[in-house]
Amino acid sequence: MEFQIIWFVLWGLLWAVYFALDGFDFGAGILYPFIAKDEIERKAVIHAIGPVWNGNEVWLITAGGATFAAFPTTYAYMFSYLYTPLLIILFALILRGVAVEFRPKATSETQKKLWDAGIFIGSLIPALLFGVAFGNIFMGLKFDDAGYYGTLFSLINPYGLLVGLLFLFTFIVHGGLWVSLRVPETLAEKSVRTAKKFWYLQAICAVLFLALTAVFTNLYDNFIKLPFWFIVPALAVLCLLGTGFYLMKNKRGRAFISSALFIITLVFSGIIGLYPNLIPSSIDPKYSLTIFNSSSSPYTLKIMTIVVAIFVPIVLFYQAWAYKTFTYKLTEKEIKEEGY
Amino acid sequence: MDTVLLSRIQFAATAAFHFIFVPLTLGLSILIAYMETKYLRTGDRDYLRMAKFWGRLFIINFALGVVTGITMEFQFGMNWAEYSRYVGDIFGSPLAIEATVAFFLESTFLGVWIFGWNRISPKLHALSIWLVALATNLSALWILIANGWMQHPVGYVINNGRAEMVDFWAVVTNPYGLLKFAHTVLSGWVVAGFFVLGISAYHLLKKNETEFFKKSLKIGAVFALLSSILVAGVGDFHAKEVAHTQPTKLAAMESLWETTKDAPMYLIIVPDPANEKNSVEVIGIPSMLSILAGQKEVKGLKEFPPSERPPVTLTFFSFRLMVGLGFLFIILALWALVKFKTIENRTTLLRILLWSIPLPYIAGQLGWIVAEVGRQPWIVYGLLKTADAVSKAVEPSQVVVSLIGFTLFYGALGLIDIYLLAKYARKGPEEV
Repeated sequence: MEFQIIWFVLWGLLWAVYFALDGFDFGAGILYPFIAKDEIERKAVIHAIGPVWNGNEVWLITAGGATFAAFPTTYAYMFSYLYTPLLIILFALILRGVAVEFRPKATSETQKKLWDAGIFIGSLIPALLFGVAFGNIFMGLKFDDAGYYGTLFSLINPYGLLVGLLFLFTFIVHGGLWVSLRVPETLAEKSVRTAKKFWYLQAICAVLFLALTAVFTNLYDNFIKLPFWFIVPALAVLCLLGTGFYLMKNKRGRAFISSALFIITLVFSGIIGLYPNLIPSSIDPKYSLTIFNSSSSPYTLKIMTIVVAIFVPIVLFYQAWAYKTFTYKLTEKEIKEEGY
Repeated sequence: MDTVLLSRIQFAATAAFHFIFVPLTLGLSILIAYMETKYLRTGDRDYLRMAKFWGRLFIINFALGVVTGITMEFQFGMNWAEYSRYVGDIFGSPLAIEATVAFFLESTFLGVWIFGWNRISPKLHALSIWLVALATNLSALWILIANGWMQHPVGYVINNGRAEMVDFWAVVTNPYGLLKFAHTVLSGWVVAGFFVLGISAYHLLKKNETEFFKKSLKIGAVFALLSSILVAGVGDFHAKEVAHTQPTKLAAMESLWETTKDAPMYLIIVPDPANEKNSVEVIGIPSMLSILAGQKEVKGLKEFPPSERPPVTLTFFSFRLMVGLGFLFIILALWALVKFKTIENRTTLLRILLWSIPLPYIAGQLGWIVAEVGRQPWIVYGLLKTADAVSKAVEPSQVVVSLIGFTLFYGALGLIDIYLLAKYARKGPEEV
C-alpha cells in the first residue's frame, strides 16, 4: 500500500480519536453550568475531566503535526485559508485549558464565576466550530490555484451549521455520559437526564446529515462506487441507536462506549467519502488538495511511518493505563479534599 | 504595515510569551522529581511537602506553557503558509515526532502525577514526575532540532519546488540543533534554579519555615551553579558553530564590519550600522574574537551585501547582555553556596537572590533574539527569505486583528499567571 494512503488513514484516525476523547471534555464543559449547582458539584465535574483533558488535547496537536509532516501543502493552505475560524478555535482552546487549570486555584467568588464562564465558552466554541469546519471541508472550499475566495461568513451556511450542531449535540451527550461515570450519584443522574434530552437532538441532526450530505456534497460518490464501505456509516447509525438504547436503560458505561464508537465511525464515514481529497475545491475538482498532490516525499513518509508504528502503540498503552487509573467513581469526600 | 512585518511581530510576541513558561518547566520538573525521590529514600516529610509546594507552582506555570504551545503550531500554517509548504517535508517531521514521542508522555503523566497521590503506589507516583521531566526535555530536543534546521539546513535536496528530506539522520544529528538544544535546555535549568533560590530567599527573609526553605535553597543553588557553568561552556561551543555556519550572525553578534585576521574583542562597542562601522571601540583584547570563534580569520559584515545582513544593533546588544548575565548567574549561585551556612541572616544576599528571579528569563529571551533576529533576512538560513515565507491568502487586516487579540488575551493571562504564582509562592508549603 502506498504511504499516502497509510497517512490518510492515520490522519482520519488522529481526528477520530481526538474527537472521541476531547469530545467528552467539551461536552462536560458545556453541561457544567447547567448541571452543577453548588461548589461540590462544580468541583466534581472539573475533577471528572481534570486528570485526562490535557492528554486528550495532545491528539489535536498530533493531528496538526501529522498534517504538517505528511501533507505540508494541505497544512499550509488549510490553516491560512481558515485563518479567522482557526484563530477563534485557538483562543477558545486556550481559554478552556487555562480555566480548567486555574478554576481550582481561584481565590474569590468573582474569579470562580469568570473561570466557570471560561470553561463553558471555551468548550462550546470548539465543539461547534470543528463541526462547521468539517462540514465546509466536506462541501469543498472556494479556492483555485490562484488562492482562496471564501470569508468567515461564507463558512456559515446551512450545511456547515448542521454539521456544527451534530458535533455539538454529540459532544454534549458524550460529555454527559462521561461525567455520569465519574461523579456522585445525584449529579450523575442529572447528567444522564440531560444527555437523554440531547440524544434526541443529536439523532435528528444525524438523520438530516445523512440526507443533506447527498444534496450538498459528493461524499456518497465513493460509497456508490464501492458499496462495501457503506458498512461504516451503517455502523455509525447502529452506534447512535446503541447510545440511545443504553441511555434509556441507564447502562451508562455501555452508552459511553457506544457514543465513542459513533464518533469514530462518523469521522471515518466522512473520511471515506473525502478520499482521495483532503480539501476538495468547490470551484473545480482539478484544484482539490489530494493526498497525492499535497504529500511529503516517500522518504519522509516512510520515516514518519516507522516512528508512528513504534510510538503510537506505546502512547495508546499508557493512556489506556491512565484511563484505567482515573475512571473510578469520585466520592464527595475526595472532591472536598481535592486541593491540587 | 505589510503581512510580513505584522506576521513577524506576531510570531515574535507569541513565541516570546510561550518562552516565559517553557524554560521553568524544563528544570523545575527535574527538581521536583529529585525532591520526591529524596522523600522516598529518606522518609523525610519535608521533601514530600517540597515536591507538593514546588509542584503546585509548576502546574500553574505548565498550564500556560501548553496552551501557548498550540498557538506556535497553528501559526506555521496560518501566517507562514509558503514556509510550511516549502519546508514541511523536513520541518514537519520533528514537530510531529515531538507530539507523538514527548508531548503525550508529558501531558498524560502530569495528569497522573497531579491526581494520583492516593491512587497509585509512591514509587509509581515518583516515576510519573520523572517521566514528565524526561518528556519536557525531550520535547525541547525535537523542537530545537526543527529550529536548528532553519538555522543550518542539512540533509535535503531542492526538488519539486521545495526542500525534500534525503537524510533523516543528518537532520537529527545536525550539530547546530544539538548545541542549541543543550544551550537552551541548560538555560531553562538556570531559570528553575534561580526560581527556587529566589522564592526560598523570600521565605528566609520572612523567617518563615527556615529549615524547609534552607533545604530548598540549597537544592536550587547547587542546580543553578551547575547549570549556569554548563550553559556558559556549551554557549562557547555554540558560538564556534555559529561562526562556522552563520558568519553574518556572528559578525552581527560582535558588530564586526571588516574581515579581520586574529580579530580582537573589544569590551565596549557602540555599533553604527548607518555608516558601516562602530562609533566606539575601546579596551581590545588581542585575538580574543578569533579564539572564541575558533577561526583565525573572522568574516566581517561588509563581506555580505546589506540586504543579507541582520539588524546589527539589536543582535549585538542582546548577545552582550546575555553573556554578561550568564557570568552574573555563576557568581550569584556560587555566592549563595559559599555563604550557605549562615544564609538566613544575610539579608542583602537574600534580597539580591529574590530580585534575581527575572534575570535568567531575560537572558533566555535575549538568547532567542540573537538566534532569530540574527538569522534575518533568512527564515531558513541561505535558503528561503522571511519575506517569501508568509501566507499569500492572509490579509494584513486579519493579522492586525489577531495581533491585537493575542496582545490583549496573552496580556491578561500573563497577569493572572503572575498573580497566582506570587500568591501560592507566598503562601508557602502546606502540612501533609
